[in-house]
Amino acid sequence: MEVNGIPNVRTCIAPLLEGVAVRMQDRLASWPQNNTDNAFVSTVQDIDILIVGAGPAGMEAALQAATFGASVLLVDENQRVGGQLIKQTHKFFGSKEEKAGTRGISIAKDLEDQLCDDRFKDKIDVLLDATVFGFYEDDTEDRYTFGVISRKEYKSRLIKVVCRSVIFTVGAMENMLLFPGNDLPGVYGAGAVQTLMNVYGVKPGERVLMVGAGNVGLIVGYQLLQAGIKVDRVVEAAPTIGGYHVHAAKLRRCSVPIYTRHSIKEVFGADCVKGAVVVELDDHWNPIQGSEEIVTCDTVCLAVGLTPSTRLLEQIGVDMALVPEAGGYIALHDERMQTSVPRVYVAGDSSGIEEASTAMIEGKIAGAMAAKQLGYQQEKAQTAYEGFLKELKRLRAGPFGAKPRDAKQRIQRLWRKRP
Amino acid sequence: MKHHAIVCRCEDITEQDVIDAIHQGYTDLEELRRKLRIGMGPCQGRVCISLVKKILEKETGKKVSVESYPTSRPPVIPISLGALAKKTRGENETKS
Repeated sequence: MEVNGIPNVRTCIAPLLEGVAVRMQDRLASWPQNNTDNAFVSTVQDIDILIVGAGPAGMEAALQAATFGASVLLVDENQRVGGQLIKQTHKFFGSKEEKAGTRGISIAKDLEDQLCDDRFKDKIDVLLDATVFGFYEDDTEDRYTFGVISRKEYKSRLIKVVCRSVIFTVGAMENMLLFPGNDLPGVYGAGAVQTLMNVYGVKPGERVLMVGAGNVGLIVGYQLLQAGIKVDRVVEAAPTIGGYHVHAAKLRRCSVPIYTRHSIKEVFGADCVKGAVVVELDDHWNPIQGSEEIVTCDTVCLAVGLTPSTRLLEQIGVDMALVPEAGGYIALHDERMQTSVPRVYVAGDSSGIEEASTAMIEGKIAGAMAAKQLGYQQEKAQTAYEGFLKELKRLRAGPFGAKPRDAKQRIQRLWRKRP
Repeated sequence: MKHHAIVCRCEDITEQDVIDAIHQGYTDLEELRRKLRIGMGPCQGRVCISLVKKILEKETGKKVSVESYPTSRPPVIPISLGALAKKTRGENETKS
């Protein structure tokens, strides 16, 4: 609701005063003109493409778009670019073009160097330590307005960004599990464990129970061993290991047991984790009474899946659908990575949970096609796009690509079925 | 000591709080949100909404549709009023 010209007011808790002007607001808000006159708002005008999130997809999107001549503003919440890549000390799979055999941290450095390259000096602006917090309707047709808050040097600064096109490469959120003691110090998400260990060089604990045997759980489990931390076991609720065999085998060779059909029931300890109770599950995922076992540990690491981040996409009002194979509620998109709203693109985990290698190609596609759509080097961009599309298909062709392939095919079907 | 299973860390809401509210008749996400303040804290529902959805489906035996998820509105992260409304002169950047 809009109250006295101020959009997005939660009228349910706003005081009702004499003469107050309340207007219905259908999802989109206008930038509050009269209220910003006095406020400190700096404006970034006439950007071709705003890219939200400087992870693997966002960095590649920026490089592609700039290569074809578009001006780009790349915004990220963190104090450095790279997204999850800066935590990934393991080598990548895939073919040579997808940087197989290279560690994630090296890919991040390489892409960062490219972003800083002289030839992109006038094309790419990187804004770190800043969050795109909202979408606002713009007076000008074919422009989008976003509110950005910069936190540099602990000072909040509001920036209004006006752009012609936007690419959302915002990644995903880690899933949480419900069990007694799930907020005790020592219970971590796998992302936090990786940040502590691989970015800050801090051991999260001495003895870890890993929950989840997908690739994240398996890889982080092995990285814990590399850091000299004991991994008691991995428990996985599903009847089979979800991650790649090669990652599971590395853990097994180091004699870390992987228990499928097992889950965590609770953790115990007065003010921090002292141990956990694990339990076997039946065919219906219900705990089997009497199968409880106590695991002594000071850390519980949760690697139980990711959910795509879609809140800004929801604000814009793009067509969404529930696609469980892709990790949840996602923005429908075509093969060019464009959503149902013109010039609004999506790539990487926020378009469906997959991997950094495919996220990078999706980012390239979105970057090239967004630039093409704005009229930059259309033929060259189209040729590049066709190449990226082939790369993507090749990468998803193997048996490991089955799940994301199914997810993306379902997204395509839903895309075509839109009214 | 028996610990609680926390659903919403921002507002310190437990699994039992949610179950109790459902049994009191708050049987959709919006009602639960207004009753318990789930999804209204600094994380704006990133952690709790999918957990509450699971509890709700288990307790009521009914599927919760994604259309009933709370609406996403700006700002998606907490921003101080000072940042939004501070009066400062001079600094105006324009990129052309």
